[in-house]
Amino acid sequence: MSTASVANHDAAHDHHDHEHHDNFVTKYIFSQDHKMIAKQYLVTGMFWALIGGFLSILFRLQLGFPEMDMSFLRPLLGGWIDEAGKLDPTFYLALVTMHGTIMVFFVLTAGLSGTFSNFLIPLQIGARDMASGFMNMLSYWLFFLSGVIMFISLFLKTGPAAGGWVVYPPLSALEQAIPGSGLGMTLWLVAMTFFIASSLMGGINYITTVINLRTKGMSFSKLPLTIWAFFLTAVIGLLSFPVLFAAALLLVFDRSFGTSFYLSDIYIGGEALPNTGGSPVLYQHLFWFLGHPEVYIVLLPALGITSEVIATNSRKPIFGYKAMIISLLGITVLSFVVWAHHMFVSGMNPFLGSIFMFLTLIIAVPSAVKVFNYLTTLWRGNLIFTPAMLFSIGLVSFFISGGLTGIFLGNSAIDIQLHDTYFVVAHFHLVMGSASFFGMIAGVYHWFPKMFGRMMDAKLGYVHFWLTFVGVYMVFFPMHYIGIAGFPRRYYSWTNFEFANMYTDLNMFVSVAAIITFSAQFIFLFNFFYSMYKGRKATENPWRSNTLEWTTPIEPGHGNWPGEIPAVYRWPYDYSKPGAEEDFIPQTVPLSATPESNLPHEQELVKVELEIMKEEEEVLVSNETSHS
Amino acid sequence: MYGFLIGVGVLLILSIIWMVYRIQTLVSVVKGSDKKIASGSNKINAILFIVFLVAGGALMFWYSIKEFDNYQLPIASEHGVITDSLFWWSMAITGIVFLITHVLLFIFPYKYQYSEKRKASFYPDNNKLEIIWTIVPAIVLAGLVISGWVAWSDITAPAPENAHTVEIMGYQFAWEVRYPGKDQVLGDYDYRLITATNSHGIDFTDKNSIDDFSSPVVVIPKGEPVLFKIRARDVLHSVFAPHMRLKMDAVPGMPTRFWFVPTKTTAEMREETGNPDFEYEIACTEICGKGHFSMKKIIQVVEPAEYQKWFAEQKSFIQNNPALAADLPAETKELAEIQLSEK
Repeated sequence: MSTASVANHDAAHDHHDHEHHDNFVTKYIFSQDHKMIAKQYLVTGMFWALIGGFLSILFRLQLGFPEMDMSFLRPLLGGWIDEAGKLDPTFYLALVTMHGTIMVFFVLTAGLSGTFSNFLIPLQIGARDMASGFMNMLSYWLFFLSGVIMFISLFLKTGPAAGGWVVYPPLSALEQAIPGSGLGMTLWLVAMTFFIASSLMGGINYITTVINLRTKGMSFSKLPLTIWAFFLTAVIGLLSFPVLFAAALLLVFDRSFGTSFYLSDIYIGGEALPNTGGSPVLYQHLFWFLGHPEVYIVLLPALGITSEVIATNSRKPIFGYKAMIISLLGITVLSFVVWAHHMFVSGMNPFLGSIFMFLTLIIAVPSAVKVFNYLTTLWRGNLIFTPAMLFSIGLVSFFISGGLTGIFLGNSAIDIQLHDTYFVVAHFHLVMGSASFFGMIAGVYHWFPKMFGRMMDAKLGYVHFWLTFVGVYMVFFPMHYIGIAGFPRRYYSWTNFEFANMYTDLNMFVSVAAIITFSAQFIFLFNFFYSMYKGRKATENPWRSNTLEWTTPIEPGHGNWPGEIPAVYRWPYDYSKPGAEEDFIPQTVPLSATPESNLPHEQELVKVELEIMKEEEEVLVSNETSHS
Repeated sequence: MYGFLIGVGVLLILSIIWMVYRIQTLVSVVKGSDKKIASGSNKINAILFIVFLVAGGALMFWYSIKEFDNYQLPIASEHGVITDSLFWWSMAITGIVFLITHVLLFIFPYKYQYSEKRKASFYPDNNKLEIIWTIVPAIVLAGLVISGWVAWSDITAPAPENAHTVEIMGYQFAWEVRYPGKDQVLGDYDYRLITATNSHGIDFTDKNSIDDFSSPVVVIPKGEPVLFKIRARDVLHSVFAPHMRLKMDAVPGMPTRFWFVPTKTTAEMREETGNPDFEYEIACTEICGKGHFSMKKIIQVVEPAEYQKWFAEQKSFIQNNPALAADLPAETKELAEIQLSEK
């Protein structure tokens, strides 16, 4: 009975922990407790979200109000605002680049996965902590270091990296091409190296923990969908981030050591460079081998969180639990074979384009299944609109809107016209940016009581939701029209072109909507920090949810459960089960305790369950006696 | 002074919001509604979803119809007609899905909002339903993919033999254009030969390059296949001709191409759009640095006869700058001198 003895050992370990008192440094800074690390990730992610959002407001000012006198920004931006009060076009590109990098990697990868994988995996599978607390701590601090380096690069005289978040060479390799490709780009590469190391350590930990540390009875077919999503996200990250590292490493060689992996036949700044034989397209292949799975790295955790929140607040089992898992698996596998749809017009062989078009449109099928399953979960539910639930419904809406435009872009013939226009900007900001962001916010509202032992204010949450939900649509929906009209991305201004010199009104509208949406986030920030100290005290299970984290004390200490880790007897979605008195049955309630609500096949399992419980009891008793 | 007043105003508004917030919190505590499973806000949120659905849907239809002629650029190439019809087919299909799913997504919250009297129905799965909604999207998508694939294969097939070749080279931050001259063959180039006078890096020891000529605008004939040979001199660029539905990256070290058949002359397009100053434009759609937003080139589509006339009148690189022929080997020098004597 190895499980029992492990449980016993853990209990003893827990006892040991109580004797040793955490000081400030080990509790709040170099903490190895997954819950504290999760909070560190969350707060850091929020910090970066503010920076990333603020950068986007700066370039939206330029796009919406091209005539504007921006002298008032000079105290902040200094020389990047010229004498006439205009934003420097190079710095505009830097803003776009850093906005993308920060949002994709620091906010939606680290801020989302880092927070919720860390917080929820041990709590929902019934573990005392991550498999390696030390590595977990290291993961956060590498991320922190990466952030510090990226932050410093914002203040360089030559500006931060400015070649777009994809940093395609030769632009990113040659300082002569754009000043941001000097020290700014070097710091970008160094920061990303630390970031990749951090992601890998986190990912290895998540995978190991899910595989090895599930509590008794928690089989893979009883895992909450959140855990399935975090687990598969970690697998994707583990397989794809090393490829980004390879791409970055070769770029470092090209930049600093005179190699020609990506460089060939270049005449720039009045001289012909010696590099020949390299291929910029090679970089694009390597980059998007991470870049595309990365989309799912930010999206899957959000979908997992949504599944949990929607089921809980619909008071209904998630519809098609197995189909949801199969879709997640399908998306995971397919995410690795669709990367070249970002490159239909990159000059790669058009035959490859055909192959990737087929593969890309296949991935729409599991995504569609997920949407239908969410809708059916809402159908005939008993819906409670907590802020988390509102944000989850918002996520489903964005996932549909942005997902459908993916069908246009995945079709290489249609993509010829739409590639690198605002249609693409609208598409990914909805399906990956806003959807994931909403997943993250939903997660914060839902698990805030478990994180801080207090409730966030619901009314402020509603105001936050409606302003943000309407705001996001006001920002990104008009971009479809602008994109169909052919407006290219990353343009400082469109007035040079006759085909694109209209829609100044629409761009102004988008910018105003962006400013309002950004401002609305301060409601959330206030709610977050205020409720942390002054919020209403939470109860043990405020949402009347089934999963294991709600069986811990209101503010779980190191080790999560004071006594034994509870065993699990059922799947996490027994909501509104016919015959049951309450409309939820936690995972820890044995089937044998609920004969009134058991389904026929569950009734048969009761016998097996009783035998196991009896056996376990005997082992525990014998352990107790041998200890004393 | 104004700054001070604005500051005071903001402070006042914030303190009012703060008071309203505190009062509503206290009221809800007194009323005990914070203990309830679903408060009165549940209903308000449910209604707001319907309001959003109706208002958002109305706004979308109104704007899409009103602005159609503005965002739908006129098409000026043969394949553009096909890709645009694919686009609008996809729009129709996804549009229907978009509407149905959103109507359900926003009506369900209203219809199934929380009631203590009701219990949600326990409905964990239905294999038949799930198989149906896996297979139906798969079939629809297969249709879209196959039609897209057919179009894509045609567009990317090798250019016809009789296509008029134009070389477009991107550099920071402009495009340069080269025509093959009377022999219809572009001469070799090498980036190491680039100088102030030979910005294309043309290798004039190659016979084919002797009659190559440059042009400030891209002139092409209507109704005949045109092949753009695309290259870049420094960083990535991308040739984007929106009215032609044409886009292809310009890659240093790897020439790319795109062929198409223009269907309307510039003059015809001026008539169609009612804009006497209309020009076909090429823009750059791959981030390339400071001047990315200003890489413009004009395309002039003319009648084939006019094109032939224009083509014959052009002066080659050598004719415009005889110094380029100075150091050539004997054989090509002779050709160059014949050219020069024709002047």
